[in-house]
Amino acid sequence: MKDERPRPMRIAFFGGIYNNHIALAAAIADARSRSVDAMWCLGDLGAFGPHPDRTCEVIRNNNISVVQGNYDHSIGHGMNDCQCGYTDPRDNYFAQLSYDYTLAHTSDEHRAWMRSLPSQQRLEIDGVRLLLCHGSPRRTNEFLWQSTTSTQFLAKLCDDFECDVILGTHTGLHWQRTWDARNCSANRISRRALAPVRAIPTFSSNRAFINVGVLGRPENDGTTNVWYTFLRTGRAGRSPLPWEVEFVPVACDHERLAREMRDERLPDEFIETILTGWWTTCLEVLPAKERRRGRW
Amino acid sequence: MHPVTNAERLPIVKLGSLDELWFQVAGTRCNLTCTHCFISCSPHNDSFGFLSFDEVERRLLESVEWGVKEFYFTGGEPFLNPDLVTILERTLDFGPATVLTNGTVLKPEWLERLRAAEQGSLYSLEFRVSIDGPTAELNDPIRGSRTFERAMQGVELLVEFGFLPIITMTRVWDESEDGAVLGQFRGVLHQHGYDRPRLKVLPRLLLGAEANRTCGYAASDRVTSEMLVGFDTSQLICQHSRVVTDRGIAVCPILIDSPAAILGDSLLDAQQGFALSHGACMTCYQYGAICTNHSAAGV
Repeated sequence: MKDERPRPMRIAFFGGIYNNHIALAAAIADARSRSVDAMWCLGDLGAFGPHPDRTCEVIRNNNISVVQGNYDHSIGHGMNDCQCGYTDPRDNYFAQLSYDYTLAHTSDEHRAWMRSLPSQQRLEIDGVRLLLCHGSPRRTNEFLWQSTTSTQFLAKLCDDFECDVILGTHTGLHWQRTWDARNCSANRISRRALAPVRAIPTFSSNRAFINVGVLGRPENDGTTNVWYTFLRTGRAGRSPLPWEVEFVPVACDHERLAREMRDERLPDEFIETILTGWWTTCLEVLPAKERRRGRW
Repeated sequence: MHPVTNAERLPIVKLGSLDELWFQVAGTRCNLTCTHCFISCSPHNDSFGFLSFDEVERRLLESVEWGVKEFYFTGGEPFLNPDLVTILERTLDFGPATVLTNGTVLKPEWLERLRAAEQGSLYSLEFRVSIDGPTAELNDPIRGSRTFERAMQGVELLVEFGFLPIITMTRVWDESEDGAVLGQFRGVLHQHGYDRPRLKVLPRLLLGAEANRTCGYAASDRVTSEMLVGFDTSQLICQHSRVVTDRGIAVCPILIDSPAAILGDSLLDAQQGFALSHGACMTCYQYGAICTNHSAAGV
């Protein structure tokens, strides 16, 4: 008899690419080696790195579905800045350099395509409702940092947007949190609500937020690899298995990327980040815990 | 037809989502008497009192169903409240906490406990230390004799315990001098052992003591309905914040002295919209998100 139970799905989620077409190609190859069923990018194709059109071509040639980030909205519409949401003058100075470069080097065809991208996307797998967005479901450029995002806030987002799992990027740092919705819903106030569930999600009352990381630049940890997220939904017999969320480090040819950035006369500060793994710009927006982990 | 009064013309801003809950944890009591304080805090100002641990915990529990993202603690000087360290330890069970201090009364034993509390929490504990410029000559005439030296000692102590304080200054110089002042301040902080200084500049608020020091708002300094057409009201703190005081829930940390600012006794009462009746609303309109940390930004 044919088994009609749905098989586990394997989905790769890429965060901001920031023009790092080299890491993108490496991540696609890694996901394919894991028999991926679908690949998604959660936006911000441009910024920071070289040759923006190359990233667009790799994305489109590999059937990767894309949610529009603030960068894609800005480049698509030819706006004056990237809408990243920085507040510090030095951060904004460097953000503007990479924005002006990316805008000048993105073809009209790719810009028209960026304008057409959806700002978020819903998927439903085995009854679990996923919401894919860039920053947060309510605001494309909202920073949801691990250390400044309360669990009750995430729970309210899931309630307000009628979903079980939210996936985003935008901050540049991967993280996840799961919680039990029964203890953190609008009408049930409980101290237990404040204790995150340690196990990986996502059935019945469990909910989750996943920041999928970025392929664009390292995570300010002194290593040169970048990150994406691999999701395996689970199903075995009658009892559903927990889903597995794996944060995957991707080694890419960072020396080659640095050479391309030098050739394009991109700032030395950006190249230093690619070669050392430490952020040198856009630091002021980091909360204390995240800032402390870096060198600068 | 009847004549349209000013009150009817005032634009009303609804609470969108309660992202930040503030606590006026030290009331209006402060060990300093800064000449630019927008709520005239001093050692003798008792118009608002301390919040107890029990009151703060009750509000934290009340706030869960509102999905509050971050908690802020202000005064007065929060560390004058003898419950403050215990309050911050408890708050870090619920979410990130930021405390706004003048840095002059910090004790090592408090910072040791708070460091441990932050390490054991998912969330950040931020210190914002108020210092109005990179020199005693700029700072002390406003904040009081030797306050620059004492506040810098507070910064050194915070750094010693592994914190990365956000130095918050009120712009008592011309805006065009921001770059020079901030550059000088970074250098001074480096000399004091703070090797990656974080800085935040606030505009002056022409209220309280500052209204006497310079001038208050003019009657024409009002946000009008026309000004809000096409304006992102999430730039206004009253769209996403409320303040717990010992006299009820206030609309924002700036206006607690204003009679219209107290909206009720519960967060539910305080959900009502607020008419932008004050000149200070104009400052909020012009500068946007002035009260929150950088990490809460995103517009």
